Amino acid sequence: MKKLMIGNEALARGLYEAGVEVVSSYPGTPSTEITEFAAKYDEIKCEWAPNEKVACEVAFGASLRGVRSACAMKHVGLNVAADPLFTLSYTGVNGGLVVCVADDPAMHSSQNEQDSRHYAIAAKVPMLEPADSAEAKDFMKLAFDLSEQFDTPMLMRICTRIAHCQSIVELSEREEHPAGTYERNPKKFIMAPANAIARHPFVEERLQKLVDYAETAPINRVEKAESKMGIICAGACYQYVKEVFGDTVNVLKLGMVHPLPTKLIRDFAADLEEVYVIEELDGIIQQHCEHIGVKVKGKELFSPLGEYNQTTVAAAFGKKLPKAADQPALPVRPPVMCAGCPHRGLYYSLVKNKVTVLGDIGCYTLGMAAPLNALDSTLCMGASVSGLHGFNKAGGEESESKTVCVIGDSTFMHSGMTGLVNIAYNGTNSTVIILDNSITGMTGHQQNPTTGYNIKGDPAAKVDLETLCHAIGINRVRVVDPYDLAACDIAIKEELAAKEPSVIISRRPCALLKTVKALPPLKVDPEKCRSCKMCMKMGCPAISMKEGKAVIDHTLCVGCGVCTQLCKFDAIGGKEA
Amino acid sequence: MKTVNLMIVGVGGQGSLLASKLLGTLLVDEGYDVKVSEVHGMSQRGGSVVTYVRFGDKVFSPVVAEGEADFIISFEKLEGARYVSRLKEGGKIICNTQQIDPMPVVIGAAEYPAEILESLLAKGIDIDAFDALSLAEEAGSSKAVNIVLMGRLAKYLQIPYEQWIDAIAKSVKPQFVEINKKAFDLGYNKE
Repeated sequence: MKKLMIGNEALARGLYEAGVEVVSSYPGTPSTEITEFAAKYDEIKCEWAPNEKVACEVAFGASLRGVRSACAMKHVGLNVAADPLFTLSYTGVNGGLVVCVADDPAMHSSQNEQDSRHYAIAAKVPMLEPADSAEAKDFMKLAFDLSEQFDTPMLMRICTRIAHCQSIVELSEREEHPAGTYERNPKKFIMAPANAIARHPFVEERLQKLVDYAETAPINRVEKAESKMGIICAGACYQYVKEVFGDTVNVLKLGMVHPLPTKLIRDFAADLEEVYVIEELDGIIQQHCEHIGVKVKGKELFSPLGEYNQTTVAAAFGKKLPKAADQPALPVRPPVMCAGCPHRGLYYSLVKNKVTVLGDIGCYTLGMAAPLNALDSTLCMGASVSGLHGFNKAGGEESESKTVCVIGDSTFMHSGMTGLVNIAYNGTNSTVIILDNSITGMTGHQQNPTTGYNIKGDPAAKVDLETLCHAIGINRVRVVDPYDLAACDIAIKEELAAKEPSVIISRRPCALLKTVKALPPLKVDPEKCRSCKMCMKMGCPAISMKEGKAVIDHTLCVGCGVCTQLCKFDAIGGKEA
Repeated sequence: MKTVNLMIVGVGGQGSLLASKLLGTLLVDEGYDVKVSEVHGMSQRGGSVVTYVRFGDKVFSPVVAEGEADFIISFEKLEGARYVSRLKEGGKIICNTQQIDPMPVVIGAAEYPAEILESLLAKGIDIDAFDALSLAEEAGSSKAVNIVLMGRLAKYLQIPYEQWIDAIAKSVKPQFVEINKKAFDLGYNKE
């Protein structure tokens, strides 16, 4: 049966067909759907872990027990999971284990553009990279076979254009891999120095064997042509090369991007006059070619920034480009916090109090945009809390009294808690604001340990944030409704003034949740509206000015009432006149 | 057959994912090789969103580049104009005439360009612009703008009407099939 699937769904299908039993992940664009689709198969025990390190270690435990397991994350998630990954390379596996990592060239939804292939090299772990959904599924099954054959965790790298591109996949049946026996094996699985020293040679030998495999692996394929030119590529770049050159140049299409073959590349280049490497982000294949003495061109023609397409490739080779109409200069349309977003009221109160705000990763990062301009920094998951402590350590009382951090419920679970422990333990009078919207929002509504539901939507243990913060050693913990501007204002003022650390939990579910019932849309009374634009100061996408008066788009408004509180002239009402 | 390149553009939340699902279902059933490229995540939140749909005998690249689009189907005027440089010579923009102000316009930092479609028409760009929102509301739901636009697109593609109707039935929940069929017809039959 043929089916159109995004790469992530195809990877999930691959997990299913490969007989995988345990998948643990943390959501992150563009990797999230791998686990969401895997969770639709009853045969796979899927879960959202609190962070990628936990997810990777869960996969390790399942592998140790003898079943096939996987975890999935975005590129920056692999930074978090790098700790278990590097030593997993030493232990190897019992049941096959695959770590899926999704890179985001062009940063469609990311804070950096790091190239995950460096991790494969650094951890000495093999990495496969599919070029479409059909390969995504097939490579996943192959990855489990290789994992068990070579006793290694595997990395499966995709980028946004594979993860979120639908192409045709031929489905097969699931092949069960009954759990292997678990036998205690301290020399392999207890990585204390004596054992790890003994294990490191195995890692180096395995890498050499994997190079031998790469030389003849069917997924590293040469497509011959009547030409003296050759191109080496992998993943989405292969598609751009084929789009531009069709069958007119020789192509070495690599399915395994670490370790790279030596003889295969030398043989490919031997009879050619010009060899090019086309790879997004860093020149990793190019460096390898140069290292083994094969003369290639790559980053001389192609940028390490952003993603490519057929035009990037055609232009680099001086090909005639299609004629394109002039693009008029237009106002940009950046993503914004939704109408009724509970973060907006809290942000408005912070801006009003002229507070310095260290931000974090999630929908609420959008508070950086005009007109709120509410944020001062965003680094990585959890950095707002630990960063605030550092900021206040450095700035003392003066910064403690006018600086806060904001972090979402899921991000707090991910890696904000440890920062809060540090605040309590190492003592700054910091004010931490947890934006608890009862869901992981930005990645498309995934459950997390604070929501009370698991990945299947079934009831689960629910972290009580207030109790948790108290247990960490924070005495001042208070909850506010971000739709109540006066309450937010008082909470911010009081907690900033407090001479001890405090946590404000700004609690209201995401307005897009199906369980949240929208109130009737609000309406501006044009007779009362004095055109002061006060209601525009919080950046609600439902409000605009038409012919000098504020108007509310009834298709967007969810009746949150924050604008009503801002209007000094009582012009915004709940009931239509 | 030469690969046909479509772009579906609009504002995050306007329903482009259903349009691409419908097209994907239809084109696979018709026996084409198909690639549909979407962007999920941050840009969904009221930002500019673009979906690429390419079909033919064999499709390689998942994206449509400058000067390549046979059709740009736009849910909103400004978004239709935003991707005009992707349009192929002789390509067509099918555009809902709805105006949704982006945040820079809302806060007064920029102006919504006046008569944006007219200025493109004056430059010789082929635009089929109409009020798809009213037709969707006539069909029974403002959310059916996407299917009204698909009905309009169907007029220009060489795929039998019945196949589109089949694909609609496969792509939407049973209780919404009638509304969407009606929306499709209103787009398809519009003068």
